[in-house]
Amino acid sequence: MPTESWVSWEILLTPVHPECDPDQQRVSQAIAGLAPLVRQRFSRSVDPPRASRGYIVDAAWNQKDADRLAMTFFSDPVTDLSRARPVAELDLAATTATILRKPGVMDPVSDHAKEALRALDQPAEAVRTFHRLDFTDGTPADVIRFISSKLFANEAIDQIILGNIPVSSLSAGSSAPFTEAVRVPLRGATDDELLQLSKKNQLYLDQHEMNAIREHFRSLDRDPTDVELETIAQTWSEHCSHKTLRGPYRFNGTLHESGILKETIFHATRVLKKDWCVSVFVDNAGIIKFDDQWNVSFKVETHNHPSAIEPYGGSNTGIGGVVRDILGAGLGGKPICNTNVFCVAPPHTHDEDLPPGTLHPARVLQGVVAGVRDYGNRMGIPTVNGAVFFDPRYLGNPLVFAGTVGLMPADQCFGQAAAGDLIVAMGGRTGRDGIHGATFSSGELTEESEVVSSGAVQIGNAIMEKKVQDVLLQARDRGLFRAVTDCGAGGFSSAVGEMGEELGAEVDLETAPLKYDGLSYREIWISEAQERMVLAVSPTKWDELKQLADSEGVEVVAIGRFGAGNPSRLILRYRGKEVGNLSMEFLHQGRPATVRVAEAPPRPVEAYEPGVSASVGEVLKRILGSLNVCSKEWIIRQYDHEVLGGSVVKPLVGVQDDGPSDAAVLRPLLHSNKGLAVACGMNPRLGDLDPFKMAMSAIDEAIRNVVAVGGDPDRIAILDNFCWGRTERPEELGKLVEAARGCMEAALGYETPFISGKDSLNNEFVFAGNKIVIPPSLLISAIAIIPDVRQAVTMDLKRAGNGILLVGLTRNEVGGSHLALVTGGAKGAPPVVDTKQGRAIFLALHRAIREGLIRSCHDLSEGGMAVALAEMSFAGGLGAFVELDSIPTEGSLDDMMKLFAESNSRFLLEVEPDQTTYLLEIFEGLPIAVVGSVTDEPFVQIRSAGIDLARESIDELRDVWKKPLAW
Amino acid sequence: MSKPRVLVLRAPGTNCDEETAFAFDQAGGKTDRLHFRRLVEDPSLLDDFQIVCFPGGFSFGDDIAAGRIYSTIIKTKLADAFFSFRDRGGLILGICNGFQILLQTGLLVEPNSTGKIPATLAFNQQGRFEARWVHLKMTAGRCAFVAKNEIITLPIAHAEGRFLVSDPNMIGSLDADHRIVARYVDENGEPGPFPINPNGALGDVAGVCDESGQVFALMPHPERHISPFQHPRWTRRRTQPPEGDGLRLFRTAVGHFGKVLV
Repeated sequence: MPTESWVSWEILLTPVHPECDPDQQRVSQAIAGLAPLVRQRFSRSVDPPRASRGYIVDAAWNQKDADRLAMTFFSDPVTDLSRARPVAELDLAATTATILRKPGVMDPVSDHAKEALRALDQPAEAVRTFHRLDFTDGTPADVIRFISSKLFANEAIDQIILGNIPVSSLSAGSSAPFTEAVRVPLRGATDDELLQLSKKNQLYLDQHEMNAIREHFRSLDRDPTDVELETIAQTWSEHCSHKTLRGPYRFNGTLHESGILKETIFHATRVLKKDWCVSVFVDNAGIIKFDDQWNVSFKVETHNHPSAIEPYGGSNTGIGGVVRDILGAGLGGKPICNTNVFCVAPPHTHDEDLPPGTLHPARVLQGVVAGVRDYGNRMGIPTVNGAVFFDPRYLGNPLVFAGTVGLMPADQCFGQAAAGDLIVAMGGRTGRDGIHGATFSSGELTEESEVVSSGAVQIGNAIMEKKVQDVLLQARDRGLFRAVTDCGAGGFSSAVGEMGEELGAEVDLETAPLKYDGLSYREIWISEAQERMVLAVSPTKWDELKQLADSEGVEVVAIGRFGAGNPSRLILRYRGKEVGNLSMEFLHQGRPATVRVAEAPPRPVEAYEPGVSASVGEVLKRILGSLNVCSKEWIIRQYDHEVLGGSVVKPLVGVQDDGPSDAAVLRPLLHSNKGLAVACGMNPRLGDLDPFKMAMSAIDEAIRNVVAVGGDPDRIAILDNFCWGRTERPEELGKLVEAARGCMEAALGYETPFISGKDSLNNEFVFAGNKIVIPPSLLISAIAIIPDVRQAVTMDLKRAGNGILLVGLTRNEVGGSHLALVTGGAKGAPPVVDTKQGRAIFLALHRAIREGLIRSCHDLSEGGMAVALAEMSFAGGLGAFVELDSIPTEGSLDDMMKLFAESNSRFLLEVEPDQTTYLLEIFEGLPIAVVGSVTDEPFVQIRSAGIDLARESIDELRDVWKKPLAW
Repeated sequence: MSKPRVLVLRAPGTNCDEETAFAFDQAGGKTDRLHFRRLVEDPSLLDDFQIVCFPGGFSFGDDIAAGRIYSTIIKTKLADAFFSFRDRGGLILGICNGFQILLQTGLLVEPNSTGKIPATLAFNQQGRFEARWVHLKMTAGRCAFVAKNEIITLPIAHAEGRFLVSDPNMIGSLDADHRIVARYVDENGEPGPFPINPNGALGDVAGVCDESGQVFALMPHPERHISPFQHPRWTRRRTQPPEGDGLRLFRTAVGHFGKVLV
């Protein structure tokens, strides 16, 4: 086809029914969320624009071809109106915004669309997607640009065009000029200048670290190149090196040389020495035994800062990243389920209470849910467990935790590159997206972050990652590579730097496939573009790997070779010239140890100060309708939790599929009844009172949840995720030390090892001299083996006439409780954990479940016994009648305490009347009592000392529980 | 008697192929999973199979629209192969994304005089992806995948599953021909609004077959209800049935050849 005959065609699609159009809905929702930001910046309001979308296609078509393709290929004639016009003939108003990729930036739709158009014998040179927003007349250009960028544009890769579309905006882009490496004059710099340099280049290195780098290069008698400095900053960042938790620290004046993690969490795992722990803390994920042939890997990551700036992209790539951890642990696992936990500010926050530069929490929540949904669903990984926690302090700094479980052959859990192996990049191409993510996440967020750090937000492409998974797992089974890791934070820099630590590595940066021209060698090396894996491939296997990847349409390129220098070195070249040559030893061991300081005061229990008094029914309904407790069905139903066919206990259970399951149960092998239970525990409210008890409680809760559905208490592994404020403040680090010590105590007491973890520090939002610090937020994720899923138990009441038993000891523990939250109570004792009794309860309960005695079981957490009972009732569509008199308590407790205390290690059980005696024998010596029975009257009835305290309709309780987030 | 052979096709973004292959194997078939590009390279591969399945997923990322890229390539490269496969008695099944694909190839619903397919699977009426278990009224008579009239329980998981037609009379004529094989109903078999009809589909259509009855596609996922322990309320049952409702669909299809091909 002669190139001069191309025309750029605009194919514009408008929905026949805008009210059903997802784009229009997204725009309307987002405009509502953006209103406060628009008012802050531009002192005006804005009408929602009309949304449409389309394609700009360079092709040698005539008008008839274009019309036909617009109708038959690009649009759905039943739902869309389409129109094809040459771009040159458009007459667009100045208030019409077109958002499309910048010149030269690859559009992911392009390749697929071009393939289909070739098949139709109507080939195109380029296909670009665009979004269009038509604003009302008179809307100022800066407002249009602002809204368009918030809705559809990522400044790193997208352009916003107002009015007609100039030809130059559709051109191909150009390559980066290069003559030689850029040197950073550092040897002669003063201390102050070094700090300035660190700040200006977003290196986030402190004075000691910058000084160490200066000394190193002085001894080499040269200045570092830009890419060397970046490599060191990436490797030494908090995000990659975890220097705060792994380095020495001083706690209340005493020096601890070996570091927080080593002393607490690693220590517990080492002492417990479980033979079913295959790989702990060393790889991208923890790995445990599943059966004789298969192991299971589990990792939970955080993606907080990117999600604060762009919730959809942040959570989307958060899932993508943790899935790659599973693909890159051992020799690669098949992802079998995802989990996610969000911490956000209450969605009813008033616009005027938003600090500058923050997004409305409702928009944050909608965005992060959509991001998780689109990545997990598209990859075909069921999202089976999660939680949402609300607190005003997450306003500028929401938290996004994303977890993935993988399944891998037992003999494929370790990899090791060999000298001479090719360094192979697999999957997505490298682009300018995600520059400085690792260092960005190691600083705190400010009101400027949304402006200066937009390049740090990555862009996800789930289908690319699925293709990578398809090839990687086949290659693993054919033995085509020796080691693998993912390109996460720090990109190639981290991946190659880690894999080549012992061997050394040399890389020719111009060989990395790029999404578009114009990247410098520095950007290629540190880009955090998504969906990339790095493999160590023996030259003898290269042809077979390449052929396999080609057959699945996945790009693999050898970008270098492992094995360089002795001792090992990292050598970077670009177009034949050396641009970096670092000692691996300096890179990995050269960081000066910083002694962190931690302080924690004694935390004596203060007497509970009750809030306003309210009836039992009123308190129950307020807690059920509180944000942390209420139904998350709106979120759960947007996630595919059935794909892969392994789902046994769903996130929603009961007679109407709407009760809150304690944990998910899945069967990873379709032909086997052996299963896994996955759950989590978290309660930042307790952290305000006592981080040590918070940590123990979170572990107790995570374990309770998996035991409640049938998990074996002797086969539970847990993961930690610490999200904390700025730990350079001694009191903040002090809380972390206390929490880590709580983790150790509970892990040892429950004989439950940690297998992996991740911390995210500096979660603060700083604006106009103020700062909001998140509460200490420790997420514990648990995974347990279920010997036979056919014995799994759900939380919905099953049959009228069955007995209801309460297991566990209720104490005077309402500190940080939801009773306090909804009545305005303060102080009080946060719940303790008695691991000796707790473990005995878990073992007895597990035995009872395995013997088939338990018809339903629900753990007691936020809102205590009353909330658990209500949830079991409405989930089962049955009533319950309980009397409080026989509840096992420590000391004498009043009725409100019995009903709403949040003491740990407790469950409500439903048991058939003729099996109660036997059940009580199993629990002999433990606190347990028959407290009531299941009824077919649809009411939750509570009585104490012969007096009726409450009689609440289960329909009303269910409604109250469902309403807050029924979006 | 050798087992009927089943081909489960993969494309970039297909993600239900493993459990779908497992379902066919459980039903007595001998199943291969194959990347569709191998079939484009050599359409005669189809000659070895009696059943072809397009499983669920997000083929080609659902770029342009759900199933659009994949169906365009199938239509242009493999239409003859599939039509002759059907004409020699082969069965074709589409699940979820497979329904979206088959519908656009013209294998399921015939194009009208202007060449347009008069039906589509549009974005769900509630405007978002929806995962939930639904009841389906299955109608036997024409479709080779359904042996008896019954109500079954299967999960859906899709964003674009709202069956719409450009000519409202079409629902009546499909119905008269027994081609509306699966309809969304409540547990008693009665139609109703959301969530009984989970996406706003016209005529409560969840699955349709072609005129021959050999090509069948549905939005719900039968491969996700093979075992009784996949049922969302299995813990409420005192005893478990021998199998999940979805398995019958695969067994009926495979059984079709057990009788015919010896």
